[in-house]
Amino acid sequence: MSNSIVSQIKRDHIMNLLAEGKREDGRQFDEFRKIEVETGLIESADGSAKVKLGDTIVMAGIKIVPGVPYPDAPADGTLTTGMELIPMAHPEFESGPPSEDAIEMARVVDRGIRESGMIDVKKLCIKEGESIWMVFLDIYAIDHCGNLFDAATIASVCALRTAKIPWKQYFPEMEKEDEPLPVTCIPISVTEHKIGNDLIVDPNFDEEAIATARLTVTTDENGNYRAMQKGGKGSITRGDLSLCLDRAVEIGKQIRSIIG
Amino acid sequence: MERKNPRRLVLPGDDIADAKEYKPGENTYECEDRIRAGILGTVDFRGNIVSVMPAGGRYLPKIGDTVIGVINDVGPSNWMIDIKCPWPAPLHVSEVPWKVEFGDTTTYLTVGDVVLIKVLNVDESKKISVTMKDSGLRKIEGGQLIEIDHNKISRVIGKAGSMISMLKNMTDCRITVGQNGRIWIDGDDENAAVAAAAIKKIEAEARMPNLTERIEEFIAEKLPGAESYRQNDDDEEESE
Amino acid sequence: MSGHTDMVLVNEEGIRIDGRKTDEKRNIKIEAGVLKNADGSCYLEIGKNKVLCAVYGPRECRMRHLQDPTKAIITVKYNMETYSVSDRKRPGTDRRSVEISKLISEALSAVVMTELYPRTTIDVYIEILQANAGTRCAGLTAASVALADAGIPMRDIVPAIACGKADGKVLLDLNKEEDNFGQADVPIAIVPSTDEIVLLQMDGNMTREELEYGLDMAFKAAHEVADLQKDALLRKYTNKKKEASE
Repeated sequence: MSNSIVSQIKRDHIMNLLAEGKREDGRQFDEFRKIEVETGLIESADGSAKVKLGDTIVMAGIKIVPGVPYPDAPADGTLTTGMELIPMAHPEFESGPPSEDAIEMARVVDRGIRESGMIDVKKLCIKEGESIWMVFLDIYAIDHCGNLFDAATIASVCALRTAKIPWKQYFPEMEKEDEPLPVTCIPISVTEHKIGNDLIVDPNFDEEAIATARLTVTTDENGNYRAMQKGGKGSITRGDLSLCLDRAVEIGKQIRSIIG
Repeated sequence: MERKNPRRLVLPGDDIADAKEYKPGENTYECEDRIRAGILGTVDFRGNIVSVMPAGGRYLPKIGDTVIGVINDVGPSNWMIDIKCPWPAPLHVSEVPWKVEFGDTTTYLTVGDVVLIKVLNVDESKKISVTMKDSGLRKIEGGQLIEIDHNKISRVIGKAGSMISMLKNMTDCRITVGQNGRIWIDGDDENAAVAAAAIKKIEAEARMPNLTERIEEFIAEKLPGAESYRQNDDDEEESE
Repeated sequence: MSGHTDMVLVNEEGIRIDGRKTDEKRNIKIEAGVLKNADGSCYLEIGKNKVLCAVYGPRECRMRHLQDPTKAIITVKYNMETYSVSDRKRPGTDRRSVEISKLISEALSAVVMTELYPRTTIDVYIEILQANAGTRCAGLTAASVALADAGIPMRDIVPAIACGKADGKVLLDLNKEEDNFGQADVPIAIVPSTDEIVLLQMDGNMTREELEYGLDMAFKAAHEVADLQKDALLRKYTNKKKEASE
């Protein structure tokens, strides 16, 4: 994902360790770093979450505003996901409009949330054909030390499920209390990275930089698959896919229990 | 009065001495008869000169420094080397121990390669040149590369090289230290891991007393077979 | 400044809507060194403002035409996150953020010893996570802590704070309501060791006396902010030593 140069020595060192079944920081191949979640930290947002995944930090914020529905879905609310890889997060990130990488990441996060039906958009109708709630999810990479994909999904899910629809702000005359978004499930993504012939989860920056391919698998709490995305210039085998699918369900469960 | 607390941590703008009694040294400046700190660091009084030793910041190359670089670009007649300083450090084909034809640079060194080089020149406008033509300078392969704060390198070396000798002897590793904070370690996997951990510990505890003893105990605990080794008990920084 | 409200911003006892006295600044929280990748960083809260700042450099200035052969340039990017304000902000730069970035860069250039690093750039990224009036001061205050944390040589720390006027009273450190419905806002940043002014703007309407009175409050408060900035840095660098001893 980044063009950062990893020295040949570092590359060889990581590969040699993997060959012995080890990683630089002593983790197992299928072991995530420590996950810390803080929600509701931004009062100006309708929902917010800061996620720390090891040293990686991602923030997600939700704004919910009334809008006009699409003609073909007059009673459905909308979800718009944006992600920015701001230059604060890594020396290689540049300011300017979202890069290819940022757009792909936003779309992968969006797909997991949208396809799992996490937010029941039918319940975001204010007045059919006239007015619906538009949910804006904006994600910022704050410190990039590997695996922004999964950190972004966790932050987004945590922000969405703690978000409140601002009835009082926009429709004070209706005397309705602000209410939570209609959340139906918790999609979690697990992104595997392929280095040599090995697959590891939650890479640190250097591991991610030398990986040849990655596969993001998003599951729901029933263990069903809701979205996938293969990335990187290398390939994965059918056997790799099978392992990714198994681990996505297993690790998805672990992450759900951590974020509560 | 100012001398009472040597090695005191100071911040930019802090009033550190009377300009009538002291002369401003490195990272300080004089303003209205007072000497103030010009960087975050620790105060250092030497004779009547007061200076501040930086607590952080990027490596600034000095002529003669041995540094470990990573090649990040290749041109027809030079390699661009990242030595963790604010400026690019080009290595010209005339400064390597091989005869390189124009345009044939990548045959010898390519992007990602790690090299042990020496800072040949730093001019007034901070244009840097480096060389690989001196004894011991070479392309480095195998082993592992770690990075620490370059300000702590003198502690890794120790007084008259006492710390680095102890590290090498106790862990039985080859260790090469770059003034820019990069350190190369090569040896048995387990020993190299201990050496790397010991160096990280030196970085973290650089300002603590009895550092050599603490590191010796640390290695002895991790590698029970390691022979105790110490050149002397003195725990001062390498004098420059 | 132009809005009108029936809200009483300062009551007869001289107490403001958030309970402060006229010469009282909002609560400030500063933390240095909060990010891993950046060379220096700072998280700052003042009242309901939440600001994050990262510094990278000095590093090679890749845009050749911006390089200065005699000194480093300080490139500031001030950015408001979409959810930092009550109506969602469109992502990307606008004229306001360009102007603020320029002023902050100039204020920092007054203290940073840029001549030590010719042809380089020192990149300062300011992200406004939550805005409640006074974000340029909060951003600059955080940026100067992040620069010191990055080990960049500078003459002094730069604290910034605003004074202004609402309900006809001169106030220190305006909040959002006072900024929206008040009569004047004067952000200012100084070099504490010399009391030089390195950032100053004003909009609204104040008499000479009001302005002098406001500036007196702002200068005094700026010195207090500088103490908090230095305290945050000392905490980070002394904690480091404590951790090591455990």
